[in-house]
Amino acid sequence: MTTATTPRVGGADPRAKAGAINRKRWGSARTYISAALIVIWCLLPAYWMVVTSFRQVGFTYDTTPFFSHVTLDNYVTAFSTNLGNHFGRALVNSLIISTVTTVVALAVGVSASYALARLEFRGKFVVMGFILAASMFPGVALVTPLFQLFTNLNWIGTYQALIIPDISFVLPLSIYILVSFFREMPWELEESARIDGCTKSQAFRKIIMPLAAPGIFTTAILAFISAWNEFLIASQLSTDRTQTVTVAIASFTGSQPHQEPYTAVMAAGTIVTIPLVILVLIFQRQIVAGLTAGAVK
Amino acid sequence: MSAEPPTGAGETFAQTGSPQAPMKRPRARAASSQAGWASMLVAPTLIVLMIVIVYPITTAVYQSFQKDAGLDKATGMFVAGGFAGLSNYKHWLLQQCTTAGGVTVPCPPGSLGSQFWSSVGTTFFFTIVTVALETVIGFGMAVIMARAFRGRGLLRASVLVPWAIPTAVTAKLWFFIFAFAGIVNKIFGTTILWTGSEWPARWGIIVADVWKTTPFMALLILAGLQIIPAEVYEAAKVDGVTAWQRLRHITLPLVRPALMVAILFRTLDALRMFDLPWIMTGGANNTTTMSILVVQQIREGFNSAAALSTITFVTIFLVAFIFVRFLGVNAVESATSIKKGKGK
Repeated sequence: MTTATTPRVGGADPRAKAGAINRKRWGSARTYISAALIVIWCLLPAYWMVVTSFRQVGFTYDTTPFFSHVTLDNYVTAFSTNLGNHFGRALVNSLIISTVTTVVALAVGVSASYALARLEFRGKFVVMGFILAASMFPGVALVTPLFQLFTNLNWIGTYQALIIPDISFVLPLSIYILVSFFREMPWELEESARIDGCTKSQAFRKIIMPLAAPGIFTTAILAFISAWNEFLIASQLSTDRTQTVTVAIASFTGSQPHQEPYTAVMAAGTIVTIPLVILVLIFQRQIVAGLTAGAVK
Repeated sequence: MSAEPPTGAGETFAQTGSPQAPMKRPRARAASSQAGWASMLVAPTLIVLMIVIVYPITTAVYQSFQKDAGLDKATGMFVAGGFAGLSNYKHWLLQQCTTAGGVTVPCPPGSLGSQFWSSVGTTFFFTIVTVALETVIGFGMAVIMARAFRGRGLLRASVLVPWAIPTAVTAKLWFFIFAFAGIVNKIFGTTILWTGSEWPARWGIIVADVWKTTPFMALLILAGLQIIPAEVYEAAKVDGVTAWQRLRHITLPLVRPALMVAILFRTLDALRMFDLPWIMTGGANNTTTMSILVVQQIREGFNSAAALSTITFVTIFLVAFIFVRFLGVNAVESATSIKKGKGK
């Protein structure tokens, strides 16, 4: 840039250029160092969980930074029911509860999101404000009345006792994400299709549905993860029979009364986490888009 | 309706078109038919939210004004429930406990009632510290993630890992890391009982929370950073603006809306913190948050638990109100406003 303007500055150019390159190099080195630090900070504890989950119980507190004293025993222990843990059943419970919650929330929420994103109607802000306010309610505000209500209905220990409160936070979250996805869709295509002779339902099926599918799918993943990770409601409104994985892991008991079975807990934690991490890594872009939806004007 | 332009298109045209007399009628009709259509689409959601939120919350508020029915521990007589006035609220806010004989006394130390104000303090302490740390660290992470370099994909992927791990697992994981014989004490050569005394336990919980939720913060801030056009920075560089000035006068003002929404979300979330302290310390050593206190109270006395849960959500709403009213965060608008200008 300086070379082009005046020859006088051009004389000093090589050094200035070298300085700039050095600075640039140093800048990118700094970027790499900070990036590496972030990656280490984020992954190291998770890595430690996986390493510990493969360690023999006797070496629970071993500090070897890589896999050592490898065994699969902890995974067997995690699933064993001898110690009063029902991790396998909890996995099934969580799967059922999260799936039903996600399906219900999306079935109900998609149409509302479409209306909020696409239509002009009176009370739109009130509805959106209500949905946002609904997502702010702390879980305990629901658990307290529901505990008594479900006790009276004899529902404690049923799936619906966990699915209903889960919907209270999954539905607002889903709507919030879906609205921002729908807002960005190229809706002009619907009109073009109609002008080209499509019927309304054809335009919906052939144009809108395929365009909306990725957004709905991403929302489903986020909804599923938030239901899967729920702990407070499940810890209060479930029994041994309907216990979810998060509750099962938190209350894992070992063979010794006052000794935390760390290696088995880490194995259980790894099992619960791995599918989520795989899901997240595959759909990384969509999930980031969904997570940040609505935060940016 | 079929003779007219399709409703969706009619609306768009009507909005941009000039307000001529012939345009008026279709516009009005389109708008009214849209309103009907919209209320049909929104109705199921509203009904579901009524059932899963409004009904339980109303019940809780009603219960918070009721007396606990049951056997009086002192006399063994059955006490009927009934209207309790504000006594359940006074129990928490003014620390008024009722003894077995029905006399109102200050709550004895160690009872759940006496922990109310300390739990409020703990909750706000956790909220302020974690949100502050997460904002600063998250901002730093976002700035790095916004840069173009090879391996950025790896960075963004690894940032999602702590976010994806369930909080219950995170709590167990950090409980293990902070165990007495655990890795933290080994690395730093310390012999701290991390979850056994007040401040180490608090910092343990804070570290776990920061680890788990900073990525979410970073991603929200990153999204805000990415809408700042690169030309702005280039122009500033040409004008010889220093990096610090660029941050202060360009980045921060432009990223402010996204930043404030992120802080609002995190704050509301932190105010209801439950999983981490519940699993890591069980609320011992002054780590009892308001949510933990509610859960502990549920089995002790239902109506005062309802009063406490009402206090908790009113507190959260007040904080949200302050954010929206005084700090100008508009989450509703950012969610509903139709995007102007360049879409993707």
